[in-house]
Amino acid sequence: MADRKLAAHLLRRATFGPTAAEIDAAAARDHGDVVAGLVFPKGADPVAPLPVFAADPYFGRTGMLSREQRAQARRAARDQLTHLAEGWLARMVRADHQLAEKLVFFWHGHWATSAQKVNSATLMAGQLATFRAHGRGDFALLAKAMLRDPALIFWLDGQRNTARGPNENLARELMELFTLGVGAYTEKDVKAAARALTGWTLDRDQGTAVFQPKRHAAGEHAVLDGTARDADSLADLLLRQHAHPVFLASRLWFRFGSGAPLPDATRDRMVAAYGSGRDVSAMLGTLLTDDQFEASGGQLVKQPVEWAVGALRQLGVAPTGKVAATVLNAIRRMGQVPLRPPSVGGWPAGTAWLTTSSLQVRMRAAAALGAALPDATADLLARGDAAARVDAIGRLLAVDAWTGRTRAALTGAAARPQRLVTLALISPEYAVH
Amino acid sequence: MDTVTRRKFLIASGVVGGAALVAGAGAYTLHDVLATADHPSAGPGDRTLVLVTLYGGNDGLATVIPYADRAYHDARADLAYDAAEVLRLDDRTGLNPGLKGLKALYDRKQLAIVRGVGYPRPDRSHFRSMDIWQTANPVRPAGTGWLGRWLDHAGRDPRSAISLEPVLPPVLAGATCAGAAVPLGGVSVPKAVTAADLRALGAAADGEPELQARAAACFADLLSVDQLVTEALDADDDDDPDHGDDPATGTGGAQATLKAQFDLVAACVEAGVMTRVFSVSQGGFDFHAGEKTGQEIQLKTVDAAVSGFLDRMGRTERGRKVVVVVYSEFGRRVRANSSDGTDHGTASDVLIAGAPVAGGRLIGDQPSLTDLDDGDLKFHTDFRDVYAAVLTDVLGADPGPVLDGWRGRLDGLLLST
Repeated sequence: MADRKLAAHLLRRATFGPTAAEIDAAAARDHGDVVAGLVFPKGADPVAPLPVFAADPYFGRTGMLSREQRAQARRAARDQLTHLAEGWLARMVRADHQLAEKLVFFWHGHWATSAQKVNSATLMAGQLATFRAHGRGDFALLAKAMLRDPALIFWLDGQRNTARGPNENLARELMELFTLGVGAYTEKDVKAAARALTGWTLDRDQGTAVFQPKRHAAGEHAVLDGTARDADSLADLLLRQHAHPVFLASRLWFRFGSGAPLPDATRDRMVAAYGSGRDVSAMLGTLLTDDQFEASGGQLVKQPVEWAVGALRQLGVAPTGKVAATVLNAIRRMGQVPLRPPSVGGWPAGTAWLTTSSLQVRMRAAAALGAALPDATADLLARGDAAARVDAIGRLLAVDAWTGRTRAALTGAAARPQRLVTLALISPEYAVH
Repeated sequence: MDTVTRRKFLIASGVVGGAALVAGAGAYTLHDVLATADHPSAGPGDRTLVLVTLYGGNDGLATVIPYADRAYHDARADLAYDAAEVLRLDDRTGLNPGLKGLKALYDRKQLAIVRGVGYPRPDRSHFRSMDIWQTANPVRPAGTGWLGRWLDHAGRDPRSAISLEPVLPPVLAGATCAGAAVPLGGVSVPKAVTAADLRALGAAADGEPELQARAAACFADLLSVDQLVTEALDADDDDDPDHGDDPATGTGGAQATLKAQFDLVAACVEAGVMTRVFSVSQGGFDFHAGEKTGQEIQLKTVDAAVSGFLDRMGRTERGRKVVVVVYSEFGRRVRANSSDGTDHGTASDVLIAGAPVAGGRLIGDQPSLTDLDDGDLKFHTDFRDVYAAVLTDVLGADPGPVLDGWRGRLDGLLLST
């Protein structure tokens, strides 16, 4: 049996914001079993799947359309993308397999592709499906699937990369941001890797990636300590590099563990767990049971999506209708909208989210969430005296302890549940985890 | 157009750690601010810097164009501009046709163009190279930005250096304090939250985690920034009715255009706030494909924002002490790729504009288009030389401690005061 504080810490990191009931349940079980249940969830998640879009109104068809049809198609594509983002947010709130869903979001920030350029809900949803299918287990399957992912290829100009005219964009980011990290390769490697990736292009009507041998630079291209002739052999070569598991371990650490550098011993354990099978789940499970992880409370700032989705889960607010639109708008204004990372480097972390501008947006979103409070939650917060109410909101929001400063502010608002919720959501204690 | 916008690029690499961002401003009034800004020791010291970051790697060869160079046309084919298209600066060099406002500034001798700026062993990663420009350390990742270090030495008040981006760029992070990120829309607080709540939640608590303390400090910053911005905008309305309807407050933070950012800078300068450094930015310069049209559109927005701002600045005494510096993380490869775009390159131009600039000049030669470093231009001026000049002649500061003892300096960039 684990202690409640440790269970709360684990679930704050491994889910989009645990409910009090989830923490109670985890605290009553063996800690290792809880981690295993998060990392290797059994069966399929019964939560509603993401919307599927039958026809793509815009992508790749602009040449065939009149000006008016183009504008209409653009609007339709935008509506579909909004629909997809709202559907995904709702799924984050409702998913039983919380860590699996959080990993999909992690990979979205890792292979950071933006609908800003891709402009197709079909392609963006397809990429999310790839994260869902291959985001756990063998990383090689994910990497190879991503090198055939039409959204990623289009985002990084892969379809413009031909034997006659190399375009290095995808090759560079593949090494720098997706597999190895800065400093583990040279400019020569970028050029050779770009040649290995030539030939992949897009069927714009079908929205699929297609390999065209005529555009491919045949032969063995010397990259790092080996050669690659195509996308798969390039992926194999990159993932064999010593720098790769180390790079991935630190990406996971910065996202799930701490903003402080990954300690060597923890890194070694994570790399060992990853092993030759490149098992992402095993690496993450090792992180979540590491003593350095257990000591990392308060070392991460909640990203806007975590903050908002967590609040919806914990307060029991349904992620539909006006609330969904308000929340999506709020996280957009905080600088993190699903499907639209700011760059291929993904979203910033840490103090980047703690600015005066984002505080203002958080305040407005918190007030909107407070106003949407379901009766059951409001009733719960109306019981007992002020001290009891302040404790109740802390328990509801999985905050271990209020500082004296915040307790005083909350006590002053305890007579009105909506105001109590608003202040608790904007509190410094709730901003970090 | 490659919309890998770098506008919100920030700390993604973890380069700027939390320790750098322990700012905590007390509450000042505009009166206090004015008292420091109009300090009698006015000299070079009361100039203002507006640093413009173009994220994505702006193509220097498509900005300041060597139109008469045969090698340029050979390498760029469809991307190249010919003599009839460019805005001629001399018989070899011209500005991109989108830069009409900058051309007028150049003709008025208020724009200097430093050519061939870069650093040794250039890194072609957007993120690493932008880190290098912002930390001014090409050798190893650094925890602080060069203007953050200036702030460390210049009084540690977050309002001395403010960013009009939604998140604070690493360039403004110092070791003991950081600049303030100012919301373009001014401060608005929902009814459920009172000023007393803000003050209460902004109090420090003993022993709380560092990041939690930082979250608390945001409340205090918000109060002081609110005062600064609203009073600046009020003053703007009073002094200059023509600008009362300026969209300085009309555009949302994350979507703010460069012009909207400049509008708020203008209002602050005219109100005489204490801020000495403003950081503004625009993304979207990463043209791996279809560059010519996209680049021209991007440059036009920069041109309108910068030249409109400096025209407005020319009307006031304080405004005539403003210096605008425009840079990007690198230029592009000399040879176009087959997608009518260019891949990541090296040396590029830095633009310096404003009344105090010894302008109407190209400083340094265009790097050779045939004697290349692995397909890229060879730099001849280290960017730290430009920073040293800005620190000395704009901010009146000793560049030594800020630039880790860097000794180079580009002299004569600014007019003496």
